[in-house]
Amino acid sequence: MSVTRILDLIGVSRIVGGQSILSDINLSLIPGEKLGLIGPNGSGKSTLLGIMAGLIKPQSGEVYLGGKPIRDIRRRQIAQQIACVAQHADTSDRLTVREAVELGRTPWLSALRPWGDEDEEAVTCALDVVGMGNFSSRDWSTLSGGERQRVQVARAYAQSTPVLLLDEPTNHLDIHHQISILDLVERLSSTIVIALHDMHHALRCDRVMVMEQGRCVALGSPLDVLTPKLISEIFRVNAQLVPNPAGGRPVFSFQSLT
Amino acid sequence: MNQGSAASKMKWVWFSPIILAAALLFGTAIGETRIPFSTVVDVLSFKLGLSGAEIDVVDMSVIWNYRLARAVVAACGGASLALSGLILQALLRNPLAEPYLLGISAGASAGAVSVTVAGLGAGLVSMSAGAFVGGLTAFAFVALLAQAAGGSTGARGAGVIILAGIAGSQMFNALTALIIAQSASAEQARGIMFWLLGNLSGIRWPDTWLAIPMAVLGLGVTLWHLRALDAFTFGADSAASIGIDVRRTQALLIGVATLMTALMVSMAGAIGFVGLVVPHAMRILVGSRHSRLVPATAIAGAVFLVASDVVSRIALPGQVLPIGVVTALVGAPVFAIIMIKGRKR
Repeated sequence: MSVTRILDLIGVSRIVGGQSILSDINLSLIPGEKLGLIGPNGSGKSTLLGIMAGLIKPQSGEVYLGGKPIRDIRRRQIAQQIACVAQHADTSDRLTVREAVELGRTPWLSALRPWGDEDEEAVTCALDVVGMGNFSSRDWSTLSGGERQRVQVARAYAQSTPVLLLDEPTNHLDIHHQISILDLVERLSSTIVIALHDMHHALRCDRVMVMEQGRCVALGSPLDVLTPKLISEIFRVNAQLVPNPAGGRPVFSFQSLT
Repeated sequence: MNQGSAASKMKWVWFSPIILAAALLFGTAIGETRIPFSTVVDVLSFKLGLSGAEIDVVDMSVIWNYRLARAVVAACGGASLALSGLILQALLRNPLAEPYLLGISAGASAGAVSVTVAGLGAGLVSMSAGAFVGGLTAFAFVALLAQAAGGSTGARGAGVIILAGIAGSQMFNALTALIIAQSASAEQARGIMFWLLGNLSGIRWPDTWLAIPMAVLGLGVTLWHLRALDAFTFGADSAASIGIDVRRTQALLIGVATLMTALMVSMAGAIGFVGLVVPHAMRILVGSRHSRLVPATAIAGAVFLVASDVVSRIALPGQVLPIGVVTALVGAPVFAIIMIKGRKR
């Protein structure tokens, strides 16, 4: 039986200055699945996302996008299939929220294919999706950290790609907007890889990959992977899963290791 | 702001040929010797084949061969320098980036003194050619240094290029100082310094046949890459993630900026300030989107340098100021005013 795969990583490793940042990562994403990446700071989540996007070259191993090695695909074509939101993206340029989101349309535009209604619509829709519709003429410099983060998500959304890579998109967001970004992630039909810190957020993914020091320690459905044993080993906290009195997913209770 | 209102904001672009023509006329009409404006118009219409008035040969020569050629080169040079600065600021994400950052002016001066003072090329090479070759050599040195230091890709690249540029500039400036100290007479040293501050007095029509195509080519390439320039708003990695081939774009655009700057420096010396200030001033006036910024910067650069040239000729009676002194003396306060006003907006 063959499953269509959209993004495959085979034996991906990266070493910088003698330090192993990622070692031997193997992963296949099925179209439409939501994969959560969790791991302590410096475990290699951002590097892995960069490699998946073709922005960072692995020293060994290969990334395949739609079955083709990503290093053989032109940047523009990659950008038509993969959008990403980096952790820190800022500018001192004076531009409006709408102009920032319009950048997401770049891979679809050329001299022969100028800006059109379709692009206009994609931008408006992306702004609405992150709840920034009323902010479209605001200056970037006047936005809070959380608002900037949402604009970046909108920019990636406007890129209309089948794959979306999000590096801790819920950072800086208040709880309302954290939940709305995760709702959005759940709702979208795109394949999404999302780096997260909050394990409750990870419970909402189809699969979770736990990373530590550049290695994949566990990969599977959230409740299979996020066991108290693994959490205490990797994150150095005691965790207990408590049934949610309101129904639905259980919740974690954390205590320090004693 | 949607594209519709952006289009209405772009209307001024249609006036730019008129603005440019007015600046050229202004540059042609004003000079050290007072020539009636009617004579200026007569000469221009005669040369353009519109009328056949009787004109004094000296007036004709001053206006056509001297002033107009000079104004045209000033316009091309101003546009070239301003665009070069804009390209470097956009790609390197550094507001202090300017055309001479990559060692071009330092290399050009080293090239010029090698020819004039040290006698390299045995009189067969002109000072302009020496400056041009020197500028490109310095840039090659800076580019190789940046490459060796791993600065060819990503966000780190911008910082490395700037550091390499500083190192290259210092080295070639030291070389210039060494040659002057070793072998130049006081007279030669003064001449070199004058040249370095910018001087358009040697310009004649043949120079325009280099300056015009270079400026047009530079503007064309930049206009072709408007979206790529916009894509660098959030840095090189972000540009790559929205489909820009960062390496190719940087190589092509920085290459074009280098050629424009090296040609201008070889013709008229290192005229400072234009490449740094004009793009910033235009950013404040028309915003950061390059579809508006590129045409605005080209026009403003052209007009600014023509006007500075006029001022340099008439500011002190009987004496021509180096144009670089004028661009800095006039540009700095104007820039300060625009900056303060821009903040209030």
